[in-house]
Amino acid sequence: MTVELGQISLLAALLTALVLGLVPMIGTYTGNRRFIAVSTTAALIQCLLVMISFGILTSAFIVQDFSVEYVARNSNSLLPMHYRFSAVWSAHEGSLLLWELILAVWIAAVALFSKRLPEIFRARVLAVLGWVSVGFLLFIILTSNPFGRLIPSAVEGLDLNPLLQDFGLIIHPPLLYMGYVGFSVAFAFAVAALLGGEVSRDWVRWSRPWTLVAWAFLTIGIALGSWWAYYELGWGGYWFWDPVENASFMPWLVGTALIHSQAVTEKRGAFGNWTLLLALSAFSLSLLGTFLVRSGVLTSVHAFASDPTRGVFILAYLALVVGGSLTLYAIRAPKMIQGGGFAGMSRETFLLVNNLVFTVMAAMVLTGTLYPLLIDALGAGKISVGPPYFGLLFTWLLVPMVIALPIGINSRWQQDSGSRLFGMVRWPLLASLAIGTVVWIMQPSIGFVSAAGITGGAWVILGSLFYVGQFQLKKKSFRIPGSILAMTLAHVGLGVFLIGLSMVSTLSTEKHLRMEAGDKYQMAGYTFEFLGTKIVQGPNYTANEGEFVITKGDQEVTRLYPQKREYAQRGNIMTEAAIDPGLTRDLYVSLGEPLDQSGRAWAVRVYHKPFIRWIWLGSIFMLAGGMLAAANKRYRRKMPATEPVTTKAKEVAA
Amino acid sequence: MTPTRKRRLIGILIIIIGVGISAVVAMQALNENMLFFVSPTDVEEQSLPVGKRFRLGGLVAVESVSRAEDSLAVAFVVTDGAHSVDVRFDGILPDLFREGQGIIALGELKPDGHFEADEVLAKHDENYMPPEVADALEKAGHVESEQ
Repeated sequence: MTVELGQISLLAALLTALVLGLVPMIGTYTGNRRFIAVSTTAALIQCLLVMISFGILTSAFIVQDFSVEYVARNSNSLLPMHYRFSAVWSAHEGSLLLWELILAVWIAAVALFSKRLPEIFRARVLAVLGWVSVGFLLFIILTSNPFGRLIPSAVEGLDLNPLLQDFGLIIHPPLLYMGYVGFSVAFAFAVAALLGGEVSRDWVRWSRPWTLVAWAFLTIGIALGSWWAYYELGWGGYWFWDPVENASFMPWLVGTALIHSQAVTEKRGAFGNWTLLLALSAFSLSLLGTFLVRSGVLTSVHAFASDPTRGVFILAYLALVVGGSLTLYAIRAPKMIQGGGFAGMSRETFLLVNNLVFTVMAAMVLTGTLYPLLIDALGAGKISVGPPYFGLLFTWLLVPMVIALPIGINSRWQQDSGSRLFGMVRWPLLASLAIGTVVWIMQPSIGFVSAAGITGGAWVILGSLFYVGQFQLKKKSFRIPGSILAMTLAHVGLGVFLIGLSMVSTLSTEKHLRMEAGDKYQMAGYTFEFLGTKIVQGPNYTANEGEFVITKGDQEVTRLYPQKREYAQRGNIMTEAAIDPGLTRDLYVSLGEPLDQSGRAWAVRVYHKPFIRWIWLGSIFMLAGGMLAAANKRYRRKMPATEPVTTKAKEVAA
Repeated sequence: MTPTRKRRLIGILIIIIGVGISAVVAMQALNENMLFFVSPTDVEEQSLPVGKRFRLGGLVAVESVSRAEDSLAVAFVVTDGAHSVDVRFDGILPDLFREGQGIIALGELKPDGHFEADEVLAKHDENYMPPEVADALEKAGHVESEQ
């Protein structure tokens, strides 16, 4: 019975979301304040109802109620307790419910922390969010009900996909969704601003922490997915330009452009319309990503559900959101004009470079992802776009961005001079060129592109740190303002990431070997000795566990125990890689398959991956930067009454 | 034209040229990195150029997998029911590679007619059939027994 309660509370949430979408919106046009005041209550009630619904599904997993089809498909009596929680969002229906839960929590948070906004604007933001929620709730209720009963009830569950029985996968989807859904706040802000026909710098300031938090979550969500693929898929890749990865990367790219463009709009009033357009795009791309993943048009590990009605529903929803918001933009935006002119050599220009590069990158990824679908739809054959396409384009697009970044940081708003700027950045420039050259001379095998990447990474890091140093010298104080520290952290993260990427892409050694017990293999100064395998028993699997001793000189570095697991219920075979992580190198061993009947000889992957941790370390810096920026005190200050950045064109027509 | 306008015009022109160049480069890169999906029947019926990379998809023929004694080299046959292609691969096969399973192999045709794969993909779900493979099987008149 309780499971049906979950469904009922979901229906109640839908009704509440409709109220949230309709009543306050009507109120803002008729001026009925009681209608407007409904928004807070509706947002909180909706959040509560979705929480109840999610809680009931979770409890069905904990008590292993196999009369619920979704539970029977994704759990098993042998499944350890902590995976029963994550099993809730391991497949289509539950992951949508998680999405909706996070959306409901965001909406409630907006309702609670937006008291400083003008009443009408705030009601519109909440109403738009209400409509977003209506769309998702309808989608769940009409096409993907997680509460469906199985009659007769199953005796035993099918078990959770073994790939998903992992810590990384417990937290990867929630973090990613925090990012996706978080952009809905920026979206609602933009739609509300367009409805009202004006944007004020204070409203932009209000929307910045929300966007920053969403961006930070998306960053770490993507990084976790990459880390998970690295150790769990068993072949040591960290990014595949798989369409589903691209689906999460596109909103990130546009989101990155957005947080920079918001900075310009808040500080200088320029880029007003552009900020709105980016806000609409970031969320639209999040929805597009959902459509690509959930509709089954893509072939991927992630595309677990392919049901045409779902695809049609999301496509219609996407068309409505994208089409509707862009139409609104087309009608309203030309009527709003921008303030804040700037010279060619100014911080605004460098941020313009940032925005151009990131939007062009997003467009390139979009093209590469959608092109195969287009060709297929035209009946011109089935194709796929290989990773070199993306790799090549990103390498080139990173060049202008990396060159411009430290100069932009050190530049002044509105107007600056080239010679002053050169004076500011010449030391970091020389130092990074020296670092790149030295690395190249010491390690010629990295090649020009990677040497340039390391130079670029050093340039970004040193340029950012140099700015902080200068700032402190000028102020004669050791306290660095939070916003500057945040920016520096995120940019240093980019530099760390660039260095890691450059190192790992050229200095990695990857060997696929046939090894018998007692065989040794030398790689990058390490000796890998295979001692053989034995059978070990896990809670819901049996595994062949290999033992490897890794030595350097006569010193034993570590022992690694990679596994080949067979999960009892589904009969899946899974590779569990064994990794010895380090700041400057990872040693990676995974078992392929047994090559003879006796099980003495195995196919083995032996990898040496220098600096691979820096890729994820960089993302952690970015996460820290984003969060710190969002925590800045000035976002919580009371809003002074200042003039809007953009006013209706007719008022300034002269 | 005022100096401000002139500067703005130059700025916009630079942006348009930059975006234009990247669009051209992107299309070029896209064309160079496009991989066609090909079924064994296509290999038989069309004369595909030797040395051009493509994705070959189909089922691993039953009892066709043979391994070398002292290396990772492996040979197997990929079939769509109507025709089949010999595939050779030197490396580690994915966990879900099994006889009778749908797979996709990336590589190129060699002059003697066999397909030299440098990557073999099988999807991470035992019920899962790559849509391209399912499509090719259907075209070749092979009825999938599992479904």
